[in-house]
Amino acid sequence: MTKLNVNGNAVEVDVDPETPLLWVLRDTLGLTGTKFGCGMALCGACTVHLEGQPVRSCQIPVSSVGDKPVTTIEGLSKDRSHPVQKAWIEHDVPQCGYCQSGQIMSASALLEAKPRPSDADIDAAMAGNICRCGTYQRIRSAIRRAAEIKAGAA
Amino acid sequence: MSAIPSFTRRTFVGGLVIAVALPACKQSPKSSGELKFFEPNAWLHIGTDNSITFLCDRAEMGQGVYTSLTMLVAEELGVSLDRIKVEFAPPGDEFINNLIGGQITGGSTSVRDGWEKLRKAGATARHLLVSAAADEWGVDARSCKVSNGVILSPQFKKLTFGEVAEAAAKLPVPRDVPLKPAAQFTMIGKPQRRKDTPSKVDGSAVFGIDVKLPGMLYAALAQPPALGGSVKTFNDEKARAMPGVVGVVLTSSGVAVAADSWWRALKARDALTIEWDAGPNGALTDAKIAQVLRKGAAGPGRVARNDGDAAAAIRNAARVVRADYELPLLAHATLEPQNCTADVRADGADIYVPTQVQQIAHATAAKASGLDPKVVKIHTTFLGGGFGRRLEVDFIPAAVEVSRALKKPVKLVWTREDDMTHDAYRPPAFDQATGAFDAKGNLIAWNLHLTGPSITARMFPSVTEKMVDPFAVEAAANYPYDVPNVHVDFQQQEIGIDVGYWRSVSHALNCFVAESFMDELAVATKKNSYEFRKALLQKHPRFLKVLDLVVKESRFGYPQRGYFHGLAVMEGYGTYMAQVAEIALATGPDAGKIKVRRVYCAADCGQQVNPDTVIAQIESSVIFGLSALMWGEINIQNGRVKQTNFDDYRVARMTDAPRIDSYVIESGEAPGGIGEPATALVAPAVCNAIYTATGRRIRSLPLSRHRLA
Repeated sequence: MTKLNVNGNAVEVDVDPETPLLWVLRDTLGLTGTKFGCGMALCGACTVHLEGQPVRSCQIPVSSVGDKPVTTIEGLSKDRSHPVQKAWIEHDVPQCGYCQSGQIMSASALLEAKPRPSDADIDAAMAGNICRCGTYQRIRSAIRRAAEIKAGAA
Repeated sequence: MSAIPSFTRRTFVGGLVIAVALPACKQSPKSSGELKFFEPNAWLHIGTDNSITFLCDRAEMGQGVYTSLTMLVAEELGVSLDRIKVEFAPPGDEFINNLIGGQITGGSTSVRDGWEKLRKAGATARHLLVSAAADEWGVDARSCKVSNGVILSPQFKKLTFGEVAEAAAKLPVPRDVPLKPAAQFTMIGKPQRRKDTPSKVDGSAVFGIDVKLPGMLYAALAQPPALGGSVKTFNDEKARAMPGVVGVVLTSSGVAVAADSWWRALKARDALTIEWDAGPNGALTDAKIAQVLRKGAAGPGRVARNDGDAAAAIRNAARVVRADYELPLLAHATLEPQNCTADVRADGADIYVPTQVQQIAHATAAKASGLDPKVVKIHTTFLGGGFGRRLEVDFIPAAVEVSRALKKPVKLVWTREDDMTHDAYRPPAFDQATGAFDAKGNLIAWNLHLTGPSITARMFPSVTEKMVDPFAVEAAANYPYDVPNVHVDFQQQEIGIDVGYWRSVSHALNCFVAESFMDELAVATKKNSYEFRKALLQKHPRFLKVLDLVVKESRFGYPQRGYFHGLAVMEGYGTYMAQVAEIALATGPDAGKIKVRRVYCAADCGQQVNPDTVIAQIESSVIFGLSALMWGEINIQNGRVKQTNFDDYRVARMTDAPRIDSYVIESGEAPGGIGEPATALVAPAVCNAIYTATGRRIRSLPLSRHRLA
């Protein structure tokens, strides 16, 4: 059994130790908000937070996670109240929506590290997340808006 | 978004007939326990609990129909959007897209097809509900009003839709209920929040890959590496012994391994030893494909357009300009890899699938299940991208066959590599353009001789039996410029592998050639590319408006120092569009490359339904077109696709994304499609800007093949 701390809950899973965290989240724990896109850390659809850092869960063997807290899109907020989620709704960012969990996890980690990100910061933090619907322009605006919301502007 | 064709008035399904009679009017209320439903037509279920359910008969793949089609119904029904629950419709003739002739999401047709019939569906339901309330009150129905699902009498009595649903179900359905004039719209044409956004920011939206059924197995599939190949023999001894493996099944698509988790299924799949028969394409390369197309171009094609006598005009011209253009194969690369979940039982089957073609999916699944189609149900999920890829049903049979063999529900998921190497690729093209001028420098002839494989010949062969593939010539046959002699033909030349509809279909192929070559002709006669086009578009006021607007907004021809402009125009899907691309030449380590800094796009798509979605679709299309232009190419070696993942099939990322400025004209014309057209203009606009910047004419894509400076 492997012990994990996912979205604040201690869970035990019976999986092969080399199983990527992505598949444990999706298939074992039923947290399907985190997506499979490439399996090679190229697209960012599987982005989750590990100790607050954005990581590609398709590349992390579950055995290496240990007691480090994992946060998925389902754990970002209970009610879509995270500033990034609010901004995403305000700007109607998603189209097909498949990449958006990963985009939101990357963006929320960025704002934790840099509450007022520059364009270059946004480029650097978001370059690993592919959106085939091309919502990049709205993502950029929504990140700026999320920064405002986070800073307390209504 | 999407792709399959705007079947034009000339094509099958009896032309562009908007359904006037509403199908499937069920008169007796359907009950489920105490709850009864009023079903005035195929799309609406109004419950005695005051619930309103809209069956959305098009797939939601990002293009926003989950919201925009609901708006069409809600506008006439008289309720706010949040009152309506949306479900995806099952396969059914009542849900056929009248512009295509099947229940198909593609061709930027959803709003155009639904425009009248869905408003009518809402209006009819409202009429019946109000009549039922008026009967109960003993008043004239015309004196009653509706306010967000509540019917009001002249005496201010109130009845909810739910309260009169049962009575409404007993009334005869009227045939022709009048629709609101546009001036009275309260929702259509006014930006509405997308109904699917909340579920797409908290991870709860269910895509095909997210389906989970009790007792479900997970499957991974080994497909023939050469396109068109097959399994000769295989050894599954090692795979079967691996933990969690439940079964190995030889399917019609390859060898599938089912296990208690997808990861275990994948590991076991990779432990299979398979001897493949490469099939007819074992020696195929993309160089050979290019050769075959060039050779095929020697023959005359089927004529798509013939005004005047282009051949004679060219023969007698004072000056003739010619150029050849080539385009590569492209993958769709939807971010959600192909997948299908099948639960095949002795007495029936349930298939959960992200598909753009419910009826074809149904027929395919029924055949693979061996069951009577009547007991096979298709459940459409959200699609993690479509772009035409999910007009194909190649990922369905194997899932059904594994479930059938193992007698358990099975979710079969492709890897990214499976997806990249087993697509129905966008057709390559070898196109020859000729323009001819008279002694005064007037353009007197335009000839486009297009060569490539036909998608429609495989998908809808009855169409191409009778005529040129309409989806090979879309933005060539509709050449808009006022030139007396125009000839366009398409030489169908098959290449041995399947090609598929890809966002904007032949618009993207044809527009690259037509709008690049128009620029060549402007340059040849030393004319400004805007003035040259404008002079030849005088008979098209809608074109002139978008052209002038984009030129004004972009300050076309007068960019900031270090930037360069290129222009392209096109009509597609009933939408008129003009784009200006603003580029810079890269320096330093990226020297020889370009950066697209900004794209200006003016569009007249007639009556808009959800204006914010119109803009979103322009932005989306520009990025999709940009990926193809910059890096998109699929190469073939020994019948196998070389590209496997996003490292060697590069697509646009945040760092590549230009600023996109969209200008949408309120023209009051009928709605045009918006999910695709902007895709097609990006390549010519950027390549025309490259010419301005470098004097180099780009006649083959992608740009990554070229060193530009």
